[in-house]
Amino acid sequence: MSQTLAILHGIWTQFRSIGMIFMHSFRPRNVISYPEVKPPVPPRYRGRIVLTRDPDGDERCVACNLCAVACPVGCISLQKAERPEDGRWYPEFFRINFSRCIFCGLCEEACPTNAIQLTPDYELCEYDRQNLVYEKEHLQIAGPGKYHDYNFYRVAGMSITGKGKGQALNEDAPIDVKSLLP
Amino acid sequence: MFERIQELLSPVVLAAIWAACKAIIILLTLVVSAAWMIWLERRLLALWQDRYGPNRVGPFGLGQVIADMIKIFFKEDWMPPFVDKFTFVLAPFLAMMFMMLAFALIPITPNWGVFAPDLGMLLFFAIAGLAVYAVMLGGWSSNSKYSLLGGLRSTAQTISYEVFMGISLMGIVAQAGTFNLREIVLWQEQHIWFVIPQFFGFLVWCLAGIAVTHRTPFDLPEAESELAAGYHTEYSGMKFGMFFVGEYVGIVMVSGLTTALFFGGWDGPFSEHVPFLWFAIKCFIFMSGFILLRAALPRPRYDHMMSFAWKICLPLSLINLLATAGIMLWAGN
Repeated sequence: MSQTLAILHGIWTQFRSIGMIFMHSFRPRNVISYPEVKPPVPPRYRGRIVLTRDPDGDERCVACNLCAVACPVGCISLQKAERPEDGRWYPEFFRINFSRCIFCGLCEEACPTNAIQLTPDYELCEYDRQNLVYEKEHLQIAGPGKYHDYNFYRVAGMSITGKGKGQALNEDAPIDVKSLLP
Repeated sequence: MFERIQELLSPVVLAAIWAACKAIIILLTLVVSAAWMIWLERRLLALWQDRYGPNRVGPFGLGQVIADMIKIFFKEDWMPPFVDKFTFVLAPFLAMMFMMLAFALIPITPNWGVFAPDLGMLLFFAIAGLAVYAVMLGGWSSNSKYSLLGGLRSTAQTISYEVFMGISLMGIVAQAGTFNLREIVLWQEQHIWFVIPQFFGFLVWCLAGIAVTHRTPFDLPEAESELAAGYHTEYSGMKFGMFFVGEYVGIVMVSGLTTALFFGGWDGPFSEHVPFLWFAIKCFIFMSGFILLRAALPRPRYDHMMSFAWKICLPLSLINLLATAGIMLWAGN
């Protein structure tokens, strides 16, 4: 008897699930028609990588190579160079292979100067794989990105032309270690 | 010369040519509607899963089928080196052929229909029994474990459902007094659609019909999640395409047969003017029903399916047949 009831109950549940699925005909479709309608993307979305400039318009990157070291897939390569007129460091070339990049954002976390940043642009499609290798002129943008006021050389102790030791923000004047006076 | 041709085209010959043309038209309509059922299935599954499905190629995505066909025609027709070559090639042909052959028995309108033999229903059982060879040979000749398991399952499934499929339709034969499908439809036109007096037969036939086409929830031979597509794991290109379209031809065939056997075929209001319309509407409803089942139901376990077939469907169809016979005898006297 209980087995008959179990069979009848099983048949009933089958019909119930068929009916429930059929009622989905009258539900709105939970789809964004992508190329026509763009999905909303949060501002901190990890998309295409850019190199930013400081508020004065100079490039932020100091070619410390930390992003290249942090990158788990090794898609960043760069070469340090030094500007002869003021002593600032900059990358001679800066290359990101976006066909390898996994958009993990570790380069952004590693960057001490907030130069490398990920943007909400996710539309990276090319017919030719080689076109996904971005050089410095493709990566560099004109503005400061997410951090509007940050300027590395203003807060760092490194001296460049026009800003000597102890002249950075919140920096004390250097201590004369050869003097005995307090 | 011209007179000779006119002599040759006697009314009998002309009638034969016209019948052949009709058969070809029916065949083409069947294959085309089976191909567009792929589109229908994708759109309806999407509807029931709150998606859109293919809606880019052509109006409502109807051109998707053409695009897919072009793709599959130009795909490499690769044959693994370890297969049994002859049987491997034969199996997809059988899969499509038997399903098309069974469609020939279905009376579509009063004047259209390929072939209405007096033992039509028995011929259908024979063809449905043979159709399992396509799956079985495909699974065996692929020489791979998953395919062989799929073929084995298909054989066991066929043995389980063939018996009660035959018995479930015997109530109709007893009431209509004929095996001829066209006469069964004519009987329903005069009396009553068989779905009412033969309701339990209809229920059991629904299960058997799903099993004939190897559709969810009885798609154990090609269980994607367990057997990696089952009997057609090793197939590619157009040979896979023939298995694929054969399955949809089977759906159209079983829908047409359900219409003819239980829902009065072309019968309906104004059916003397638009008989084909009624047939098509009824078929469409059953075809959509197949897709709804696929959207809704999970696949039963293998032994559950067999015990359900032998322990519930077979007794139910036997009781249905006995009750039909008893009522007929009682009413006859």
